[in-house]
Formats: sequence, C-alpha cells, structure tokens
Amino acid sequence: MTKRDLIDEVNKRFPHLSRRDSEVIINAVFDSMVDALAQGDRIEIRGFGSFVVKHRRARQGRNPKSGALVSVSAKRVPFFKVGKELRLRVDGKSVEGAEEGVSG
Amino acid sequence: MTKAEIITRIYEKVGFSKKDATDVVEATFDIIKGCLERGEKVKVSGFGNFVVNTKRPRKGRNPQTGDEIIIVGRKVLTFKASQILKKSLNAASPSSSTMSSPSSAAD
Repeated sequence: MTKRDLIDEVNKRFPHLSRRDSEVIINAVFDSMVDALAQGDRIEIRGFGSFVVKHRRARQGRNPKSGALVSVSAKRVPFFKVGKELRLRVDGKSVEGAEEGVSG
Repeated sequence: MTKAEIITRIYEKVGFSKKDATDVVEATFDIIKGCLERGEKVKVSGFGNFVVNTKRPRKGRNPQTGDEIIIVGRKVLTFKASQILKKSLNAASPSSSTMSSPSSAAD
C-alpha cells in the first residue's frame, strides 16, 4: 500500500470529504511527524508505536569496495519502535487487554 | 508528540474541523495497522516504509543461565526511514515547517 492507496482507503470512509481533503490531511499528518522528529521531538502513537531520534557519533569508516578510510560525520537517525498492540497483531497474536509498552 | 497533538496541528494549521481531523487521523493509523496485520507493506513517500519481515525459528541462549532455548519463528514489523526524513533530521538548520497548506499539497 502506498500513500496514494492510503488516501483512497481513508477517503472511502468519509463521503463528505473530497479526496483532496483527505490527501491534505494525510500529508499534514506525515509532514507534522517529520517536523517533530526534525526538532528532536519523539512521537508516540498509542497502539502503533513510537518514533525517536537517535544520535550517532562521528566515526572512521571504510569504503567497503576500496578499503579507503573515510570519516563519517555525526548524524541523527530516526528510529521506530513498534507498539505492543501492533507487534502482536502483525504476528497474528490476539491483543486481549494489551497494555501499550512504549518505553525507549 | 502524541496523536492528539498531530490532530491539533491539523485543525489549527490546515483548517479542518476537529472532528474531521480526528476522524481522518484515526482512520489513517487504523488502515495502516490493518494493512500491516495482513502482512502487506505500507510505503509512505517522504516518510518511510513499514515492512513485515518473517523471522525463522533459531536457537538462542539465555544469557543469564546459558540454557539453550529455541526462539520461535515470528513476524516482525520494521520501519525504514526515507532519505527525505533522514535528510530533514540532519539539515543544518531544522526546517521551520514543512506543513503543507491546502493550496500547496500536490501528490
């Protein structure tokens, strides 16, 4: 499923909204998530999971092809931790009374 | 940031009713979850891909006792961030806002 399919699916549920409305809202959802992460904020969606920004220190790496030493600068990487409910659902397990464990 | 904050941003900045914003945001995550539950991947351009991977059973050890145990096969969800997301995390000056307005949101 791509974002386009997602927009179509969402739009089917809300006949009073135009496809364009659904598109604008869904784009805004992901844009605001990108913004939050860019500011170092963490995102926690109950029943889904959490996104955090991890910091990677600068290090010396190697070009695997040539073996040449290269310096890799420090960077921030996004990290997703799946929430308990979704983790169980993906694995085909029941989620009876699953309490959301989104720590770290 | 929580789901409630995402909803607030949408109805304040993009200008939908709180109900519409809430309904669409809830439906969005609901549909993504249903899709992943069926094992289908979800690709969100500009954000990243959610993919369900199948792990085979393997032998492991309890690091505390040294007992050999079987780790059962299972399905796990992985997220691979898009280059766009990675870049925006490492932009020299964090972009003030990439929120799309109704007039500028083209797919």
